[in-house]
Amino acid sequence: MTSSTGINYGRWLRRGGSIAICLLAWQLASTLHLNLGIVTFANVPSPVDVAQALFAFAHSPKLFAHVSSSLERVFAGYLIAAIVGVTFGLVIGRSRAAADFLLAPLELLRPIPAVAWIPLAVLMFPSSELSMIFITFTGALFPILLNTIHGVESVDPRLIAAARSLGSTRRAMLFEVILPGAAPNIVTGLAIGMGTSWFCLVTAEMISGQFGIGYYTWESYTLQNYPEIIVGMVLIGILGMGSSILLRLAGSALIPWHRKEEAR
Amino acid sequence: MNTHQRILRSETGRVSAEHLSIRLGKGKQAFEAVSDVSFSVAPGEFVCLLGPSGCGKSTLLGALAGHIGIAEGSLTVDGAPVRGPHPERGMVFQHHTLFPWKSARDNVAFGPKMRGVGKEQRRREALRMLDLVGLNGFADRYPGQLSGGMQQRVEIARVLVNQPLLLLMDEPFGALDALTRLKMQELLLGIWEQFRKTILFVTHDIDEALFLADRIIVMQAQPGRIHEEITVPFERPRMTDIVASPEFSRLKRHCLELLHDHKRTETLPRLTPLGLGKRI
Repeated sequence: MTSSTGINYGRWLRRGGSIAICLLAWQLASTLHLNLGIVTFANVPSPVDVAQALFAFAHSPKLFAHVSSSLERVFAGYLIAAIVGVTFGLVIGRSRAAADFLLAPLELLRPIPAVAWIPLAVLMFPSSELSMIFITFTGALFPILLNTIHGVESVDPRLIAAARSLGSTRRAMLFEVILPGAAPNIVTGLAIGMGTSWFCLVTAEMISGQFGIGYYTWESYTLQNYPEIIVGMVLIGILGMGSSILLRLAGSALIPWHRKEEAR
Repeated sequence: MNTHQRILRSETGRVSAEHLSIRLGKGKQAFEAVSDVSFSVAPGEFVCLLGPSGCGKSTLLGALAGHIGIAEGSLTVDGAPVRGPHPERGMVFQHHTLFPWKSARDNVAFGPKMRGVGKEQRRREALRMLDLVGLNGFADRYPGQLSGGMQQRVEIARVLVNQPLLLLMDEPFGALDALTRLKMQELLLGIWEQFRKTILFVTHDIDEALFLADRIIVMQAQPGRIHEEITVPFERPRMTDIVASPEFSRLKRHCLELLHDHKRTETLPRLTPLGLGKRI
């Protein structure tokens, strides 16, 4: 990685070139209306069309309305999932009784994909807004919960014994030993949960939304605005990636000892 | 402070075990790790527990720390039965148990924090202890940024800051290289001569036991019991050159004979101060 800059240029050139070739292939396939039998590019907009649509969308007031309503939903559902997941995870990981009592129903619900909740959620909640937040919450909850439980259970028992020997209070045991000990796993859970909550939100919006980037994508399909479909897809990718990067940054700020250990 | 220290020196840290048995494992796998052991340790005495693996020396230490319950007999410190872990019985493991997420200083300050000592005060105490173990200038490092020897120094500081009656050390230098180990032994003797806390030190290294201890309790396995007690006659403060003395060789040969006496072909399970742990 730290070799001469000339080699680095070469690598970036190859990477950039690879992307350029992909875009070119896409451009050709769509302009030639390439039909491969099982998949056809006849209705696929070209990258140039998409770029134009993206530019137009970026300058329209609708962008803010769609993006902000998606972000609000993800933020609300994900935040609740993070609080509930980490809290329950800590309790279940620490107490056998709580594990027996709480894990049974959760294990029954776990195999049901969050997306399968959509019809019932629409029936259960008074507004479609709440039902979408619920779907986002459900999607994020299990990765966060299970990783937290795993993290708590994998805290080195010697550290717990040492803390006891040093006169640790129950409170300190939880907040200064268990929680930081489980933190790397919790951060992993939060990162996976972020991905699944976006995935669930976009699906939920396609079905029951009025605004939101998932709704925008689906609406573009029904209105036959084909370039806008890909604009929606690109935006979903950017938003998902952006929130993952934010989360990784926050994660490494929360567990600085991890980073410093590596830097040794 | 001075009178306080003198009282500590003469009065506290007496350990007494009478007909002590400890059982580990559950159901069919249960076995007696320590069987009918009686011994006592005087306040301020440095005692090494020497024996082959599986002889119950670490188990005994774990019971004193309060991590392992006893089955029969009695185990007291200054007349009070041992019930659960307590800062007055400080434990140092073979591999450090520092909190990776706390700096060296905050690790050492953990005990005082649990006692409710204010932030300024406990930081000062921690720095003083780090100074004592020769880690001046490393207070802000995380454990992962320290060498093995330094980690054990922090571990010792973290225990000493609680002014324990008793220091329990389970092969604390066993994972260190020979030179670092020698330095750590000298450091420990220096600290011990300054504070005169009672120390129970588990090792399977005969040289280490002879260099450090006032008295060596040699144990044997299956069931874990005391084989012989050896008084180590060397003057203090001890210098490393005693290892070259004829008396040292004689005692070493004697210890070797004791340890070889009950040579077994089967390997015994590794016992830890937390019971039948796998991860220590």
